[in-house]
Amino acid sequence: MPGTYRHRQRINAIAFAMTGLCALFTLGVLFFILGYVTVHGVSSLNWDFFTKLPKPVGETGGGMANAIVGTFKLIGFAALVGLPVGVLGGIYLAEFGQGNTIGFLVRYAADIINGVPSIVMGIFAYAVVVLPMKHFSALAGGVALGIMLIPIAVRSTEEFLKLVPMAIREAALALGLPRWKVIVRVVIPTALRGLLTGVLLDLSRVAGETAPLLFTAFGNRFWSVGWLNPIASLPVMIFTYAVAPYEDWHRQAWAAALVLLMIVLATNVGARVLMRKQVKI
Amino acid sequence: MMLPMAQDMTVPSATSDPVKPSHGIEAIKVNAWFGVKHVLKDIHMKIKPRQVTAIIGPSGCGKSTFIRCLNRLHEVVPGARMEGQILLDGADIWELDPVMLRRRVGMVFQKAQPFPTMSIFDNVAAGLRLNGTRNQTQLSTVVEESLKRAALWDEVKDALDKPGTGLSGGQQQRLCIARALAVNPAILLMDEPCSALDPIATAKIEELILDLKKNYTIVIVTHNMQQAARVSDETAFFLLGELIEFGNTKQIFTNPRDKRTEDYITGRFG
Repeated sequence: MPGTYRHRQRINAIAFAMTGLCALFTLGVLFFILGYVTVHGVSSLNWDFFTKLPKPVGETGGGMANAIVGTFKLIGFAALVGLPVGVLGGIYLAEFGQGNTIGFLVRYAADIINGVPSIVMGIFAYAVVVLPMKHFSALAGGVALGIMLIPIAVRSTEEFLKLVPMAIREAALALGLPRWKVIVRVVIPTALRGLLTGVLLDLSRVAGETAPLLFTAFGNRFWSVGWLNPIASLPVMIFTYAVAPYEDWHRQAWAAALVLLMIVLATNVGARVLMRKQVKI
Repeated sequence: MMLPMAQDMTVPSATSDPVKPSHGIEAIKVNAWFGVKHVLKDIHMKIKPRQVTAIIGPSGCGKSTFIRCLNRLHEVVPGARMEGQILLDGADIWELDPVMLRRRVGMVFQKAQPFPTMSIFDNVAAGLRLNGTRNQTQLSTVVEESLKRAALWDEVKDALDKPGTGLSGGQQQRLCIARALAVNPAILLMDEPCSALDPIATAKIEELILDLKKNYTIVIVTHNMQQAARVSDETAFFLLGELIEFGNTKQIFTNPRDKRTEDYITGRFG
């Protein structure tokens, strides 16, 4: 077999170089996006952006204070709608849904909902919340995001609970503890930081959603009081401002993009820090 | 030696009087499956109280499955099921609540699994505390007593608030034994408790087993035939899900009746 070893070495070198290049490319794309948004955003970012309302068309200046608060309000409401169902569903899947039909169906359904385009979620919330109430509202936006959150939270909760070894559950069961106590007092505490990390990542994923908000939360150029009025949010503001024909709005859209990116990034880093303190299993 | 304070943990039945009478186990025609895989075939076996019964056999012969049937942990695995009768002091364990059954039939596993979020104290107290015992002095007494019985007290008495996962492998295993003893079971199942331990830690556990059998009925699964010979009064040999031979340990090791037992203990296969 002439040259077999050389041949293998060459293949190895090529494969190594290709995987390395792809890894670099991935990293490159990330830094390019971050850098590009930062360069464009930073110049338009000022104190007014965080404290002032948007100016009327034609006037320059103003800020997006209402949209920043609006984004947090929407995420908060989405958490209220989505997390209880999502987390409890995930607990069910991890603890009672392994290897049975119901578990399979729930997991399958969650994965399908996860794959549904987010604008469909928006239409759904429009049909069940906006139409009966006859106007756009923070509530409708929160419901749309909350429904999106459910399957994501189900799966992340399940994955983090499954990291707890079966042997720990069995050790607890062998002490004569009922199943629910094993879950509440042993399994969940063991996985707690992982679960919180999952929840934070889930929330940061829906924080950037635009499509479900377009015809639910709609948008608002002023402060939105309570939950029953249309509300501004960063993603929708970016959309509206970016497609408008005004130079000043484009600048502000970049600034909004940077702020949104920072919120998501901060949540992700926070989740990482939490995870690092997770107890060793 | 009793832990009277832990009495409220045991099942209020005719058999749970404070002197712990017999607590023998009888398996009658026990069959077990994982899915379609038939792992235990017609096991008949009478385990005598207050002595050590060893179960030996090659890997995959059903030894662990058998003892996991005794505390109904087998059925927890998805797809696993069991048929036949297991009598605990004459009472069918299928008529008992599995939770109550497991308080009478404790278990120590192959790999020590201290609860990772709990301190040494909390680990030992877990069985009682999570079942509603709030009395702190009572918990302290039981924890101390259990750790002493597991021969761990002297090594950890100044570090009770440290995490249980910080102990060495042998200490963790004794911690798990203490944790099992704290709920005051009558029977202790041990699933290869020394397979992950060094010889010194193993010797400690074996010493402990000999000490514990004064008060507990012990069933130990082991891969180590010397260990079975050292600690047990009776030995059962399992092969491919069947009970091949069961009897006095000395007889099994010196004068086995079945050819297959002889082949196994002399190392001709395994």
